[in-house]
Amino acid sequence: MWDYTPTVKDHFLNPRNVGDIPDADAVGEVGSLACGDALKLYLKLDDNKDKIVDAKFQTFGCASAIASSSALTEMVKGKTLDEALALSNQDIADFLGGLPEEKMHCSVMGQEALEVAIFKYRGMEIPQHDSEHDHGPAYPDYEGEIICKCFGITDAFLKKVIETNGLTTAEQVTNFTKAGGACGGCIPKIKDLIAQVLGEVAAKPRTRPEKLSNMKKMQLIQEVLERDIRPLLWADGGDLELIDIDGHNVQVAFRKACAGCASSGNTARMVELKLRDLVAEDIVVEEVSQ
Amino acid sequence: MKEIYLDNNATTKVDEAVFEEMRPYFCELYGNPSSMHFFGGQVQNKVNEARQRVADLLGASPDEIIFTACGTESDNAAIRSALEVFPDRRHIVTSRVEHPAILTQCRNLRQKGYHVTEVGVDGAGRLDMDELKAAVTDDTAIVSLMWANNETGVIFPVEEAAAIAQAKGALFHSDAVQAIGKIPITMAASRIDMLSLSGHKLHAPKGIGVLYLRRGTPFRPFLVGGHQEKSRRAGTENAAAIIALGKACQLAGQYMAVENSVVKAMRDRLQDALMTAIPYARINGGGAERLPNTTSIAFEFVEGEAILLLLSEFGICASSGSACTSGSLEPSHVLRAMGVPFTCAHGSIRFSLSRFTTDAEIDTVIREMPPIIARLRQMSPFGREHL
Repeated sequence: MWDYTPTVKDHFLNPRNVGDIPDADAVGEVGSLACGDALKLYLKLDDNKDKIVDAKFQTFGCASAIASSSALTEMVKGKTLDEALALSNQDIADFLGGLPEEKMHCSVMGQEALEVAIFKYRGMEIPQHDSEHDHGPAYPDYEGEIICKCFGITDAFLKKVIETNGLTTAEQVTNFTKAGGACGGCIPKIKDLIAQVLGEVAAKPRTRPEKLSNMKKMQLIQEVLERDIRPLLWADGGDLELIDIDGHNVQVAFRKACAGCASSGNTARMVELKLRDLVAEDIVVEEVSQ
Repeated sequence: MKEIYLDNNATTKVDEAVFEEMRPYFCELYGNPSSMHFFGGQVQNKVNEARQRVADLLGASPDEIIFTACGTESDNAAIRSALEVFPDRRHIVTSRVEHPAILTQCRNLRQKGYHVTEVGVDGAGRLDMDELKAAVTDDTAIVSLMWANNETGVIFPVEEAAAIAQAKGALFHSDAVQAIGKIPITMAASRIDMLSLSGHKLHAPKGIGVLYLRRGTPFRPFLVGGHQEKSRRAGTENAAAIIALGKACQLAGQYMAVENSVVKAMRDRLQDALMTAIPYARINGGGAERLPNTTSIAFEFVEGEAILLLLSEFGICASSGSACTSGSLEPSHVLRAMGVPFTCAHGSIRFSLSRFTTDAEIDTVIREMPPIIARLRQMSPFGREHL
């Protein structure tokens, strides 16, 4: 049995905003019967066509798909379209008090329906992609090469989810998108995509800025830790947390597999070199146990 | 909340009489059956009695009964043995709808260089006998086919299949975990060489299984060590569980008629009432011969996990062929092999009854199920034009 939070159970047993809006301004539809889950989202805007005044949904799927849809409609009401677009699938999961990782694809489906609805409303229609897999694509508005034939999922969609959620393993990608979860034939391709996304992030031309205010320096340190360093540690089951920044002194604590690891000294040195490379050459990294 | 337990193909309640039978063999009569002293000897006598009771249910001889730890172990032992007995034969035949205890093993063996043929089934879950005939060759070491399917209850013609296997000199094994205790079986009049059963599917505890091995069938043990089970399965006997299984088999023999009359009537009533009350539903394997206790119904436009969790609100325990319940993302391999359309494979629910099921429980399911399906269909974007 899944370990659903009380909020998930509540939104499944008492879903909010079920139904359709006949004169909806925006409609987003993702998923299919064949995929095992699908969501149709209806949005009604105010007279200025800016703020979402009503949202309803119809969902075919498991308890967490229904709960994610219900949560989504509650979250977007009262938001402007831009505010709604800023919502991530993680925001939906957080609203529900978390989802089992195997069910994260339900939150992705919610965010996706929202994005499709707003993009279509704004006339940013993305051309449909013809594909030869055995049923309709799960996210028809993301054109690209179909990677997962079982669920009809394109490379463009996968790259987006990998990037926004900082995914580093094929298993995580399956949990977030279902891709690779059926026959598993596309898992090598998914691994390539992860490498590609991580590579692209790393390959963007990066140079150390000439001069930094203290504020900018702190921001850049945080950014480098998030983008360049933590994903590397995740790959080995480890993690780190930024504890404090004081001038050129950066204090970090190692977590998970890195905590108590005999070679954490080397890891701290690696972090220091990276920060010197990308932020400022006088940075000193100190490991603290906190 | 009192449970309404209709998931007996997953596991069953230990019969109180079975539990009483095994109870003394933990704290009081804890001797090792292999010991020379009286204290072990009395356990040995009780294990022998259990072996006789299991043999009686199967219509077999006690020396053909090997106690194992579970159905999965029996399945693994049977296939491994056949491959060792026939080192020159590199081919295994099974079906696409077997339990993972068989399928996973066969797929692993394929990676080790064995050829595996998985014979298909038709839309009602019936084995394709022509495909089976064509599949078995002089290179086939073993044919392993389930007696009855765990998800749909569909029964395979295992005797006929055994004849096909033996015509080519291959051994025949049947995973009969779901069939034992529900349909009468007489191994003395059978051609089947090996057969697996599992205690917890027939009101004995978990952790005890049997491999039936026909007298004279060549065998290589899976577990080696001591001389237990005539050196065919080493390891100190799980005496209490064996004694429990013996009692459970004795009771299963006594209740066989009940399974095929009272339980079957309840199953049919449940199935008929749901099919009448709920449109756009179909019985998986409805056209085939099935176990008396099982029905699997596919409801279109809704998803199984959601149905199960709503049933659970009423204490009703069932199971689903849907992907979302298991953590995998595809509907069950059994339903896919049967060609059940994707539109309803995700919404398949299995009810499996037992002799402990009551008419009042069936009434509750008949009352609660239609509104649950209607509620989820109201929520679904599909099939609205049919509602």
